[in-house]
Amino acid sequence: MLSSKHFFLLPALLTLVAIILFPLLFTVRVSFSSWDVFQSGLDFIGGRNYVRVFEDDRFWQSLQRLSLLSIMSVSLQYTLGFALALAVWKQVRGGRLLRVLFLIPMMTTPVVMSVIWRTVFHESLGPVNDILSAFGVGPVPWLSSATGAFISVLIVEVWQWTPFMFLLLLAGLVSLPKEPYLAAAIDGAGTWRTFWQVTFPLMAPITIGALIIRLIEASKIMDTVYVLTSGGPGTATETSSYYIYIRGLRDFQIGYSAALSLVYLVIMIISLTIIAKLLLRTLVGKDE
Amino acid sequence: MIKISKFIGPATLLALAVAAATPAVAKDYTQFGIEKDLPGTCSYEATDAKDYSGRSLNVITHAIPVIGEPTALHAEQFAALTGAEVNVVHVPFGDLFQRIMIPFQSDQNAYDVLFYASLWIGDFNRFLEPVPQKYIDSTGMSDVTDSFTGVATWNGEMIQYPMDGDRHYLKYRTDIFDNAEVQAKFLADTGSALTVPETWEDYNQVAAYFNNRDWDGDGELNYGSAEVAKRDDLMFSAFISRAAPYAKHPDVKGGFFFDLETMEPLINSPGFVRGLKLFVDAQKSFPPGGNNFGLGDEIFSFGGGQTLMSYSWDDAYVQANQKDSRIRNMVAAAPLPGAGEVWNRDTGTWDTFSTPNRAPYMTWGWSSAVSQMSEEKEMAFDFLCFFANEANAKNDLQIGRFGVNPYRNEHLDVDFWKGQGWEDKTAESYVSTLSDMEESQNRVFDLRVPGVSQFMSSMANGVAEAMAGQKSAQDALDGVAKEWAEITERIGKDRLRAAYANVVKLEDNEG
Repeated sequence: MLSSKHFFLLPALLTLVAIILFPLLFTVRVSFSSWDVFQSGLDFIGGRNYVRVFEDDRFWQSLQRLSLLSIMSVSLQYTLGFALALAVWKQVRGGRLLRVLFLIPMMTTPVVMSVIWRTVFHESLGPVNDILSAFGVGPVPWLSSATGAFISVLIVEVWQWTPFMFLLLLAGLVSLPKEPYLAAAIDGAGTWRTFWQVTFPLMAPITIGALIIRLIEASKIMDTVYVLTSGGPGTATETSSYYIYIRGLRDFQIGYSAALSLVYLVIMIISLTIIAKLLLRTLVGKDE
Repeated sequence: MIKISKFIGPATLLALAVAAATPAVAKDYTQFGIEKDLPGTCSYEATDAKDYSGRSLNVITHAIPVIGEPTALHAEQFAALTGAEVNVVHVPFGDLFQRIMIPFQSDQNAYDVLFYASLWIGDFNRFLEPVPQKYIDSTGMSDVTDSFTGVATWNGEMIQYPMDGDRHYLKYRTDIFDNAEVQAKFLADTGSALTVPETWEDYNQVAAYFNNRDWDGDGELNYGSAEVAKRDDLMFSAFISRAAPYAKHPDVKGGFFFDLETMEPLINSPGFVRGLKLFVDAQKSFPPGGNNFGLGDEIFSFGGGQTLMSYSWDDAYVQANQKDSRIRNMVAAAPLPGAGEVWNRDTGTWDTFSTPNRAPYMTWGWSSAVSQMSEEKEMAFDFLCFFANEANAKNDLQIGRFGVNPYRNEHLDVDFWKGQGWEDKTAESYVSTLSDMEESQNRVFDLRVPGVSQFMSSMANGVAEAMAGQKSAQDALDGVAKEWAEITERIGKDRLRAAYANVVKLEDNEG
């Protein structure tokens, strides 16, 4: 039975409805309409947009590309982030300064940094090829070849988001109990063995959380691609979110882009759930 | 004693007589940053006489720079002169279309005045207020060239307010093309004389010859051609410039992008395919990374002296001729290269032309309009009339970053450009190139129909696939044609045909 105390839940409930439920339900409704540049309003066309999504090769190719990019970038971010966190975990000289320095890329605006990276990778006027030419290398087609452009996007992503991984993992390392390390030391375990048999397993829950958070974020990559390559050359760096942006905001196919977004959302929820379960099973050894 | 009162009458008469005989001293408006006010319907003086105190105008425009900057400037001036409150909203290009379209579609009176890309007229026309006759009769408007009057017109009615004129043309380095030593070497090496390219095949050949050489002797390598080749960054315009002379037959009427009668896409016809093959081939003469050049890179590359030739809008030309440019007055303008063979879709054959076929491309350009829903239409049109008045237009033309280019006959005046410090050839070639485009009977205009962004985005994707080697030119354009047919189906053939007829009218010189 409702009592006065339940009314205290109302603000939170209303906020939830306003910022999550309403936009989501509205998007679902829009996805069943033909709302387009020449057709305004919410008519009903059934599942036609969804049929189109399943026939849209460009969308599925962009999804494959996104999967590859996300897995590669998050793996690299995790490896580098963990290495950096381990490096400053123990008391090292200048550790505090290093921690701040490592966090700078994450605090910069992605669009601005992408513009700067675009200049850095500029093949005839940028500094990277200039430096490489001093060693007789290049010019490297950073943005004008399919592989180069993919690697460039990957580098920017890793540069920008490794600090986030570093931050999460460092917080995890700092919170680890000391006793297992004392026990390992008494048993005569070396650094390598201590890492694999103590640190890594203890960090597993934090690792899973960090990987999932970054995978969610990485799968939304848009601004870096937009500024750096516009999805090109050809479609070499076109990701799902950039493709949805083109269909929705450039082409103004609102109904169709709503259907694309929802299909994308469902795929993401399913695949991230599967990934989380697999990680749990692999790293923690149980399926919770 | 002399009575003062006796003098008052004659003195007053004398004062009035002197006042009548002396010409009125024009009010000084130089504090607004102009050289002087110029006579005209919406001059500073005429605008100053209006009082819009207590009323407000909402304007949406592009982010600063380009058209956002003159919009902000003239809004501030208009507010100071009339007492109106002018609220200007600046939006990045990627958002501009939807920020205008969503209020239109949801019947919200969000903005009175809109600045946007002129090719969106196909989508916006049903929401725009026709320009009233008194503004059509205004001094500034009557001097707008026929092309840009056409660009502002829809179904015989002017619904956009012209304030910019854009077209593509060729830009090249005169210090190389006119250099006798270079000419002799080119002749010896290639067996042909070095001339300004007449066809796109010539263009590619000259660009390839001069590519990867330090032909300006500054110790840095130079390159053949800078082109806008980055997908989704106006690359569609570059492709159309290249394909137009092969696909736009002067004797074939009734559509360039579509066959107006059947609304079948022509984008994969042999003329377009030839243009795309040459575009793909031209990549070898681009500077490193040139196939990822957006408009800004193209301007910087040619305007900065890195490349021998380029083609696009005026920006690179203006930048190359700015006072601080190291290639100032070393560049000239010429018509876009043409084609020796043109696809005739009526006969299904290639026709040979002894004089290359040219198809000048009037592309893009900023435009402005007043919303039908506006409750301040008169003030809105007054603002646009003031924005484009004679003094402002001349001032805006001189500032490259404003993105305002010649659109009135008076702007095609060699002396005006010489007055900017341009030497004879630089000024004369520029004016004659632009003027000849106005006279051409074989022009191409943008695809100004509903869903233009969908068509252009699809085309850009296909062209980008061919440029990246993912598909052959034919396969890529077949894919575009298939997608265009699907878009046509969704829009409805009849609706599209009715809109496209406006474009065909301009291209077939019936407008």
